[in-house]
Amino acid sequence: MPQALLELHGMTKRFPGVLANDAVSLSVNPQEIHALLGENGAGKSTLVKMIYGVMRPDHGCMRLDGEAYAPHKPAEARAKGIGMVFQQFSLFEGLTVAENIALGIRAKMARSGLRQRIAAVSSAYGLRLDPDRRVGNLSVGERQRIEIVRCLLQEPKLIIMDEPTSVLAPQEIEVLFQTLRRLRSEGCSILYISHKLEEIRALCDRATILRDGKVVGNCDPKQQSTQQLAEMMIGTPLMPPQRATSGLGPVRLKVVDLTLASEEQFGVDLEHVDLEVRGGEIFGIAGVAGNGQAELMAALIGERLANRPGAIAIDGTPVGAQGPSVRRALGLTCVPEERMGYGSVADLALWENALLTASTRMKLATWGFIGVPRAKRFAGKIVREFAVRTRGIEHAVRGLSDGNLQKFVMGREMLQAPGVLIAAQPTWGVDAGAAATIHTFLLSLAKLGTAVLIVSQDLDELFAISSRIAVFAGGRLSPARPVDELTTQHIGLAMGTPGGWDTPSEAPPAHA
Amino acid sequence: MLRLEPRREPSGPMFYVAPLLAIGMTLVAGIVLFAALDKPPLTAMQLIFIAPLTSLRGVAELLVKGTPLILIAIGLAISFRGGIWNIGAEGQYAIGALAGGAVALAVYPATGWWLLPLMSCAGIAGGAAWAAIPALLRTRFNANEILVSLMLVYVAVLLLSSLVHGPLRDPEGLNFPESRLFQTSLPILIEGTRAHVGFLVALAAVLLAWVLLERHALGFKVKVLGQAPRAARYAGFSDKGLIWFCFLLSGGCAGLAGLFEAAGPVGQLVPALPSGYGFTAIVVAFLGRLNPIGILLAGLVLALTYIGGETAQIAMSLPSATTAVFQGMFLFFLLAADVLVNYRARWIARRSPAADPHAVSGAAIGTVQRLPTP
Repeated sequence: MPQALLELHGMTKRFPGVLANDAVSLSVNPQEIHALLGENGAGKSTLVKMIYGVMRPDHGCMRLDGEAYAPHKPAEARAKGIGMVFQQFSLFEGLTVAENIALGIRAKMARSGLRQRIAAVSSAYGLRLDPDRRVGNLSVGERQRIEIVRCLLQEPKLIIMDEPTSVLAPQEIEVLFQTLRRLRSEGCSILYISHKLEEIRALCDRATILRDGKVVGNCDPKQQSTQQLAEMMIGTPLMPPQRATSGLGPVRLKVVDLTLASEEQFGVDLEHVDLEVRGGEIFGIAGVAGNGQAELMAALIGERLANRPGAIAIDGTPVGAQGPSVRRALGLTCVPEERMGYGSVADLALWENALLTASTRMKLATWGFIGVPRAKRFAGKIVREFAVRTRGIEHAVRGLSDGNLQKFVMGREMLQAPGVLIAAQPTWGVDAGAAATIHTFLLSLAKLGTAVLIVSQDLDELFAISSRIAVFAGGRLSPARPVDELTTQHIGLAMGTPGGWDTPSEAPPAHA
Repeated sequence: MLRLEPRREPSGPMFYVAPLLAIGMTLVAGIVLFAALDKPPLTAMQLIFIAPLTSLRGVAELLVKGTPLILIAIGLAISFRGGIWNIGAEGQYAIGALAGGAVALAVYPATGWWLLPLMSCAGIAGGAAWAAIPALLRTRFNANEILVSLMLVYVAVLLLSSLVHGPLRDPEGLNFPESRLFQTSLPILIEGTRAHVGFLVALAAVLLAWVLLERHALGFKVKVLGQAPRAARYAGFSDKGLIWFCFLLSGGCAGLAGLFEAAGPVGQLVPALPSGYGFTAIVVAFLGRLNPIGILLAGLVLALTYIGGETAQIAMSLPSATTAVFQGMFLFFLLAADVLVNYRARWIARRSPAADPHAVSGAAIGTVQRLPTP
């Protein structure tokens, strides 16, 4: 057996009140793409932060190439040949690609010949990048390439990738996989964190599965079904949601020729957006992040008012000129993409966050006086129905993990008996079990006559629950098409064609 | 060695312990300071912090000084909770006194039960109007309210001074820059002292502020605006409306405090009326954790430093800056102690590196700060 590149023995990390990693051991071989799988809060992030020197373990040791390895800071990890591509990019939008890369690496390397090296690395790995373009004008996929190139310039032996595909279009994912495979063939190992099981099966050589901070299994993901992987991860059998085709009701949300210039410097202008969502259906909007989804959400919820009242109507009432409170009263609820600081207030308690948007619809206040017991009951209901793991509704939402916060915010909006529910990335960051709960709930809401609008980058999710799909590209929305006549390829093509489908007439084979 | 590690969520108990720690550290630093000045430290501390509490007159003075501090700090705390940095309370206080006092002078010598309420309303309106200037500039032009409200303090103080030197000067006052004595004054609370009913109003303000912040949607909206402005937009709270509310409320409280001072202990308009309560109230608001009940206690503690500082100055010939030094130390130590709300101090034994080369010591995370060794 070859010597492992990186070995972890008994890694333990305790935070106040929680054992994040409990004696975790794993090994990554040279030239291996190793998957790290686990639910939210299973301890994946803590583990990779210790490998990358952001945190230090309480117990346990690591060996890199057979030598003791205990980085005190990320710079030390990088010097030893470990690179990391984070889920959140750290890039300056106003600077060029080359300037951004120069800022992120050691000063010595940044000085001379950097542009040539960027060009060399990006062509060698098929990572198209123009060093002189401003980052603000680049797509998310291109931004990720900058991070990868920055990482590769340090000639790493091991690259840690945290959910790299969560922001990519299908074509971009394929390009990324080719890059990763090429890196593997050239001797680099990759520690790949993802919750997309299909991807792990397609890409990875081995998988280590974490649950509640412990290693619960090792396997070759190619030998397992996604169902088996998911069940190993969550520890209980998994029930996939059943898409129901029930009768469609009247149009509940209608957007007519909505045009809105963005307020942000690098934002996207909405151009002539039309859409209709009927009661009883789940309407999916696909598209690469940053093509107008955030702007559409802001316009629908009423944070930004439309150019004329008739541009947006809820149950036939024009609301284009009304703010969020009026729209909520009419039955619209909304889950924004950013949960913390936008969908919730970090330092307020769970029950106060329940009050944030549910006050009107759930009648949690009379004459402006807050009905504290009612608000607490409502918060308690959210926590119970969506199994939010929390120390209690009196605690600040800051203490919730990403996945649990997501469940809480989704639950808050779904439990208000909405007439129209709009959700961006409804299952972003939650584990397979919670995703199934949320999907089932969305489907049952639709069955009860709610019009559900989902904005998601996860095509599997859109195919699993929505009945019609439209695609956002460059601020324009394509006409919607029934999901049965679509495949991922169609959607991928439409992502590159603002305002329409490339081959609308050909009836493609049904989605596999 | 002593290390700080981040807490998963801010510590609730420590949030309330920090001000007590700050008070304790201020006392210790005060003792060191007096020792360094060659004054008997314990006598000085006794004079400042205990002596005023041993007489009825002292306690009454405590209420006199505490009233404006508490009233102003209550308004400021609500503003600060909303992330609205109105630091011009001193100016709003001056204009409140001016507006309320001008009403009395305008109707002179008429008087009656109606005069004090009318003066109070004018005081509130004056303070609120002065605070409306930064509110307007902030909501219309996005001007920085810290600068605008602060600079308006000097305008207000000079305006008061110029009017007292001019149109409002007492015609029978031998050209002293003072107005007439008002024909009415605040009812006295404790016979034979200066403690007036303004303190009861301050107590009511404490109660109302608590209800507003903890039980009313308006206070909730202010808190959301302060902690997550984007969440406030998403929830549909009007940020401009809330900015106006915070300014008018804090300005109104400061204006009322100014009028109480003019119509209470002072009894007339004088150029020296704005004596720093508006700034000290900022310390009170933070020492009281922006919490109404805390502000009540903090206001009384700070009032104690005023009275005790004066006593000590006279009795021990200490410099007149003593009071300001103590107030500064309160804020200084409070900010230091606040680190413990978000971080936990842990004593970590230094491990010998030879014992286990693979062991990684301690719980240091990310950017570790070290506490100074006590």
